[in-house]
Amino acid sequence: MKINSLDPRIERAQLDSESQQGMNTPMDQFQTYEVFEQKKRGTHHIHVGSVHAPNAELAAVFAKEQYSRRGQCVNIWVAPTTSIYATAYEDADIFETTPSKYHRDPESYKVMDRIQAYKQKQNA
Amino acid sequence: MYGSAYIDPNTKFDGYLAPGEDPAQLAEFEARIAAGDKIEPRDWMPALYRKQLIRMIEQHAHSEIIGSLPEGTWITRAPGFRRKLALMAKVQDEVGHAQLLYNAAETLGKSREDMVNDLLTGKSKYSNVFNYPAVTWADSAVIAWLIDAAAIVNQLANSKGSYGPYSRALDRICAEESFHLKYGHDNVVFLATGTPKQRQMVQEALNRWWEPIMHFFGPPDSASQHTEVLMRWKVKMDTNDNMRQTFLNMYVPKIWDLGLSVPDTELRKNEETGKWEYTEPNWETFKQVINGNGPCNAERLAVRRMAEEKGRWVRRAILKENTEYATPLS
Repeated sequence: MKINSLDPRIERAQLDSESQQGMNTPMDQFQTYEVFEQKKRGTHHIHVGSVHAPNAELAAVFAKEQYSRRGQCVNIWVAPTTSIYATAYEDADIFETTPSKYHRDPESYKVMDRIQAYKQKQNA
Repeated sequence: MYGSAYIDPNTKFDGYLAPGEDPAQLAEFEARIAAGDKIEPRDWMPALYRKQLIRMIEQHAHSEIIGSLPEGTWITRAPGFRRKLALMAKVQDEVGHAQLLYNAAETLGKSREDMVNDLLTGKSKYSNVFNYPAVTWADSAVIAWLIDAAAIVNQLANSKGSYGPYSRALDRICAEESFHLKYGHDNVVFLATGTPKQRQMVQEALNRWWEPIMHFFGPPDSASQHTEVLMRWKVKMDTNDNMRQTFLNMYVPKIWDLGLSVPDTELRKNEETGKWEYTEPNWETFKQVINGNGPCNAERLAVRRMAEEKGRWVRRAILKENTEYATPLS
């Protein structure tokens, strides 16, 4: 059945409501790229999401349209999702000892007590 | 609120656990959510959580794409160059929102091709309001103001949900929606403070859109077996009725401010309860429209099919052989 529309462009397209065209097959929407955005020079690139694209150049174009529509951005990186190796959340225990390594923490070096004690002893 | 579709009909849930799911893992998952942590794509999650989120995010994505059609209609006929530019930017934003949302849904394991196909076959739904036509320019103004306002109420609630990729997408979306809201309000105010003919246009548009707007948040929540658990899992963040109340409370006074009326003589705020009272919209109409019998359902899908079909040769031409697909990371 022909589609009747208030929109003159759609009316002219003579669309058929019974048409079976348009179905997607695998890879019709391409592979994915992860997007990293640098908001200003001197700051880190930060992961902001991903885009579907057939190649890196177009991925960068889509990334610009998608993630830098507003506000400041000076640079974009894109990398194929397949190239990214990520740690697993189940293995989060590999980070567990990090905060407990006091020997790497400047706060854990308390010399003033010792200096005070030394001075008192000298003056005694 | 974005309708209902895409739940694998073959999964039998025992309560809310699928066969083989471990109650201990579930307890860990629930504790994480209760502590305010986000769930990330590669975390363990119950099948029901995954399914419900795919359904919700996918339908939200479809709504952004289909929602750009009634407004897009007016780009070629926008009154004036600035409005044309603004409307183009808004429509492009909406399509961008769909990309963000498809992306979030994909992290849960459903491919974009499958989502597009389920939209085209009618298996997946989209927000019911977009099955109505934008008859005049004033309709596009009312959509940009009030439909976007209603969407913001819903999206702000959902952005506090437990699924990381969906929350992050919604944070970005809400930031852009505030331009849409201001743009729509500006257009409505311009017409409402204009000539008698312009006032009449915007009043008529408001009359046409009131019932779809009241339908927007969906029927009053039934005591469905899943509502309680979906709220505990922070998939559903508020009840349909509460969101409708929030919307009425914020926008009805703004409509009345302009001397416009709402086509519901029962609509008033009960000062004692603080709640808005209104005539229930016809939920049978709502069901009919969701199931394909609205004024524009066939047109929306036909336009979407045309876009897929006509763009195919370009996509095929630039697709490199042997490329591999990977689910996006987050």
